[in-house]
Amino acid sequence: MSVFDTLVGQDTVVQRLRAAVRAADNLLSGGDGTGMTHAWLFTGPPGAGRAQAARAFAAALQCTHGGCGECASCHQVLAGTHPDVLYVRPSGLSFGVEQTRELVVRAASSPTGGRFRVVLFEDADRATEAASNALLKAIEEPAPRTVWLLCTPTAHDLLVTIRSRCRLVNLRTPSTEAIIDALVTRDGIDRDRAVAAARAAAGHLERARQLATDETARARREEVLTIPARLDSLGACVHAAARLYEIAEADAKESTAALDEQEKADLKAAFGEGATGKGVAKAVRGAAGALKELEERQKRRATRIKRDAYDTFLMDLVAFYRDVLAIQLGASVELSTADRDADLRRVARSSTPEATLRRIDAIMECRRRINANVHPQIAMEAMTAALYLG
Amino acid sequence: MLTSMDSTSVPPLTVIVGDEELLVDRAVAEVVAAVRATDPEVDVHDLMPSQVSAGKLVEVTSPSLFGDRRVVVLRSAQDLTKEPAGVITDYVKDPVDDVVLVLVHAGGAKGKALLQAALQAGAHRIDCAKPTKASERIAFIKGEFDRAGRKITADAAQALLDAVGTDLREIAAACTQLIADTEGRVDAEAVARYHRGKAEASGFTVADRAVEGRLAEALEQLRWSLAVGMAPVLITSALASAVRGLAVVVQSSRGLSESELAKQAKVPPWKLRTLRQQARGWTPRGVAQAMRVVAETDALVKGAGRDPAYALERAVIEIVAARGRR
Repeated sequence: MSVFDTLVGQDTVVQRLRAAVRAADNLLSGGDGTGMTHAWLFTGPPGAGRAQAARAFAAALQCTHGGCGECASCHQVLAGTHPDVLYVRPSGLSFGVEQTRELVVRAASSPTGGRFRVVLFEDADRATEAASNALLKAIEEPAPRTVWLLCTPTAHDLLVTIRSRCRLVNLRTPSTEAIIDALVTRDGIDRDRAVAAARAAAGHLERARQLATDETARARREEVLTIPARLDSLGACVHAAARLYEIAEADAKESTAALDEQEKADLKAAFGEGATGKGVAKAVRGAAGALKELEERQKRRATRIKRDAYDTFLMDLVAFYRDVLAIQLGASVELSTADRDADLRRVARSSTPEATLRRIDAIMECRRRINANVHPQIAMEAMTAALYLG
Repeated sequence: MLTSMDSTSVPPLTVIVGDEELLVDRAVAEVVAAVRATDPEVDVHDLMPSQVSAGKLVEVTSPSLFGDRRVVVLRSAQDLTKEPAGVITDYVKDPVDDVVLVLVHAGGAKGKALLQAALQAGAHRIDCAKPTKASERIAFIKGEFDRAGRKITADAAQALLDAVGTDLREIAAACTQLIADTEGRVDAEAVARYHRGKAEASGFTVADRAVEGRLAEALEQLRWSLAVGMAPVLITSALASAVRGLAVVVQSSRGLSESELAKQAKVPPWKLRTLRQQARGWTPRGVAQAMRVVAETDALVKGAGRDPAYALERAVIEIVAARGRR
């Protein structure tokens, strides 16, 4: 049993990290610690497990047995409660300079447990330019026991100045076999379902797990994948775009509504609403500003959830057309949307590889537009029309 | 209105219902003027709910020791709190002879009980609702000229409306100005001498002209919209909905009823006919092109481009060009 067991299909990376952990132990016992450094950048395609890798590494650094996965320290790190590990997971669209400065100050303090102060920064690419510059200063002149673990999809997502100060850990896309194996042995999912989910997720572990366990996610994917076959007129294009828009809005609302209400109630309670006694009225009046700020934050979070939902839809569509292209070119690769075989073959027969590439471009363009804040429905209408006409 | 009211006929209780400030002010002024005509010494109390307590109301509505006449104007009566409202409700049941009470009520559900009580007590009611239709505004303009004993032609009234906008106070001011500056019958030419351009333009007009292929008019409307400060995003969303409407009627999904079609296009069912007229001359490929242009433009006005006005003009030109596309 080891904390690195959670990493799927990343053997070389695990080897390197284990070596670094040994070097870190050497450093703590007074050695020169060759092989350990203060800043690490975990990169890899979505679903390869960047955050898990960073977390496992953090656990191994804090553990006196090199990441046994069983001691209190390992449990705390993996559960996100370890006092010497700062977890940063931007929940909005971006991570601002104010938050970063605060983080830098906290990161500079000495570890309470005598080992390392670890900052685990997931989605570090969401840091704004100003925030990145603030971060750079901390990474350039690190406190003696502070270790920065940054995660981004690719190394290019960070400022070149930060990149050059980090040691790069590049995770690869796990093979379908490795994912099936993980789903079966670790999550106890039956083999048939695991195979289907792993294929559909095309190397994205979390997505595979979601597809294997979440009925709604499977249904959503089914619905999205029927779109290409149903685009038989411009009217249908408008309808499909409106439908995708509705689904994303509904999903975001579902996952945020309860949370939003709870947060609001908590905040109001903190300002003394519903209480009695002297000075309560004044305190409650002060809540308006804080409440507004909270609502702003909630809105940004909802926007991000919606964008993630659109992203999932668009990636499913891309997978479909990628499979069409594979059929058209006679490539012998595993098809991730093999369950829509009839549609795949029909679309493949009725169009050319050039048209398929244009369609994939249209989907990527739509993704870019949604990220540039174009109204999602407008962006998707343009996309479905392009998909329909090729 | 109350133009010819002699003092004896001033009703002791008047309610003015409506939210058009100009008309309300005029109605109040007429009541006050009618009372003053007989008694120049009359006391006028013009009160807002924030200034009055129940006690103050009792004071001003009680009989005067010396028999002085009084006019009590109570503005925004719908905002009265419970206690002062109670005073008024009691008073209207048993009014005092030498007090003329004018209640101004915005209409609507708020404070409706008070309004009902006053009307039941036989209050004289004057309606001052905001005119919503263009024809009502034209009637207002004609009324303004009538009051001054002058005439304005129908096309001149329309031109004035286009130039000044929908705010009644501004229309009234423009009428007064025209009456002072011109002589005889006012025609469109006279209006054009003093007023130029359009005060209000909507993104929907821009979008409609664009999909109808009327480039010059669409661009003119666009410039007006931007000149009066309309937000560029509103214009793109109007363009998007116009193009969406086209897409739905140019090539409908099979087997859809009219009402389903209207729902898809996000328009009321009666508008399908307009959409079909607009869709003449459009091909599916052209519409798809227009959809692409709209998406691109939305990105440009939201920060991807430097100049939203330029992006919108280009969008209009490209949409008109897409119309002819085979």
